[in-house]
Amino acid sequence: MNPVDKRRREFLGSAAGFAGAMIAPGVFLYDYANAGVSDGASRPRSPAEPASASVRWGMLIDTTKCASGCRECVDACNRENGLPGTTRSTDSQWIRKVDLKDLRTGKALSVPVMCQHCAEPPCVDVCPTGASFKRADGIVLVDRHTCIGCRYCMMACPYKARSFVHEPTTGQKPDVPRGKGCVESCTLCVHKVDRGGTPSCVEACSAAGHGAIVFGDLNDPQSEIAKRIREVATAQLRADLRTDNGVRYQGIPG
Amino acid sequence: MSALASSSSARRAFWMLLAAGSLVLAVALGAAHYMEEHGHAVTGMNNQVVWGLPHVFAIFLIVAASGALNVASVGSVFGETAYKPLAPLSVLTTVALLAGGLMVLVLDLGRPERLVVAATHYNFRSIFAWNMILYNGLFAICALYLWSLLERRMGALTGTVGLAAFAWRIILTTGTGSIFGFLVSRQAYASGVIAPLFIALSLAWGLAAFYLAQCGLARLAGQEAWDEALHARVRRLLGIFVIAALYFVVVHHMTNLYWAKQAAFERFILVSGTPYPALLWGGYVVLGTAVPLLLLFHPRLSGPRATAAASVLVSLGALAFLYVFIIGGQAWPLEIFPGYEASSSFHDGRVDGYSPSLPEFLLGLGGLAASFLIGLAGARALPILAPPKVAMPAAAPAK
Ligand code: SF4
Ligand code: SF4
Repeated sequence: MNPVDKRRREFLGSAAGFAGAMIAPGVFLYDYANAGVSDGASRPRSPAEPASASVRWGMLIDTTKCASGCRECVDACNRENGLPGTTRSTDSQWIRKVDLKDLRTGKALSVPVMCQHCAEPPCVDVCPTGASFKRADGIVLVDRHTCIGCRYCMMACPYKARSFVHEPTTGQKPDVPRGKGCVESCTLCVHKVDRGGTPSCVEACSAAGHGAIVFGDLNDPQSEIAKRIREVATAQLRADLRTDNGVRYQGIPG
Repeated sequence: MSALASSSSARRAFWMLLAAGSLVLAVALGAAHYMEEHGHAVTGMNNQVVWGLPHVFAIFLIVAASGALNVASVGSVFGETAYKPLAPLSVLTTVALLAGGLMVLVLDLGRPERLVVAATHYNFRSIFAWNMILYNGLFAICALYLWSLLERRMGALTGTVGLAAFAWRIILTTGTGSIFGFLVSRQAYASGVIAPLFIALSLAWGLAAFYLAQCGLARLAGQEAWDEALHARVRRLLGIFVIAALYFVVVHHMTNLYWAKQAAFERFILVSGTPYPALLWGGYVVLGTAVPLLLLFHPRLSGPRATAAASVLVSLGALAFLYVFIIGGQAWPLEIFPGYEASSSFHDGRVDGYSPSLPEFLLGLGGLAASFLIGLAGARALPILAPPKVAMPAAAPAK
């Protein structure tokens, strides 16, 4: 077993902590991905359980609070996931800051864009091997063991959220396996979320005093994110494509 | 004895061509190995243009493959007896082109060694996975078809297998087109015309490839490639297919122009987006369509040589067309924020450049070489090459 695989298995083992952790990662991920799909009942999730369909993780980005020129979320993502942080056209960028100018009013905005964790993800539909998959809790991931690097998911993603690893990787993090020749994208810091944590970009944005990103369970009416979405006008990017994104934006028209 | 081994000069030419093709293939495999070792960073492809020159060659070969089967279909499905002697080579050309195209696609994967994974994990919602099944099925049908054509006792099956092959290849080309047609978020591809467009293109490209195969092999065997009447029919057919393909290309762009939101993209492809308009107009429209039509239909020009030249030009035009379609389509930025001007470190809102590198070009050439080698070896091993005037060996052109 190479070190990455070993670390990856350790990560998976601790992430879900059930007996399946000992069996082949592909099979394991399959179970992991499908757990709870048929179980629509809402119930609290204990850390020992696999991803549950009663939860739908999402983020709300308040564009009015997001500061132009600020890159805290981007830097935090790169640190957390062991990405080099360079921006050549062949480098991975899981989250990027997009500067916008309203063509009618000229108003400027700056927003982070990452994988939108679509409920109807085109990347999952097109993936020939099923390496792109959506967990029961809405997080869209790539199984690094079955991705053949065809890049069809990158062609299909409407948000340019995915990167292809164009070179041998260095500086990998134990929790975040990466590999040359595979496609990758924002995991919503699944390794942290499964331990009850919050994605690093959200933490960094708060720590910098902007608090522009709220993370939480869209299915839980009591969660802050669900409340905010009820109260203020929010939008999904390219809502016309009906991908039903888990990432929502406040302050831009849908 | 195969016609390719009928004389010592034919045998020598055969081995020399085999050696030349193998050399190109070996260089291509070396290039693929180099890309795999270093990653796709050594190619021109990047996170914006994720499919590059290898895909141009691969899609050309795969689309042409299904079209090359057309000659056999015309013979056994539509009962045109004149075409029947050409059927075995038509099937062999299909197999050769398909294999070459798939080789390029596989060797361009980020993880080509995971082919087993691709063969054992199927996502049945993926049009890509369906295509893999369709491609393998076409190999199987072609094998059966070839057997039924070459083995007298199987002859009764020819009609049925021929019909199956005909239906299968229409579905397959639709499937190949749908790889793009399903990409609804990309302005270049979200169009209902893509499937018929690909079928029309396949007819033209496939017949051109077949024509070249027939000429080349007949010449190698020291035979006349065509009798006058059959040549005239094939020539006219090629002309009609080239016109049909142009028609669908025009319809595709016209429907895009009709939708206001596509106007900027169309301007980019047709007028402003260097190098795409030059390739489309100069490469596809003029060299790949207008000049071939002139060669095919001008009374003073038309002859087997002119048709062969037209076939070469149609194939080059095909590569130009696909370059614009595949790479130009990706170079145009995704519209993630309609109504806004966007910019970022990740090429948002900005047209991306792509310059193909030598290794990816060599890999593409390797696909052509693989097809060439399979066609050559197949024609040597099997009694494929029937001269159109079904001549007894003794009546073959005397040297
Ligand atoms: S944003 Fe793109 S990568 Fe993320 S789930 Fe949607 S289609 Fe897939
Ligand atoms: S690159 Fe990997 S994850 Fe993306 S479609 Fe291909 S196999 Fe699936």
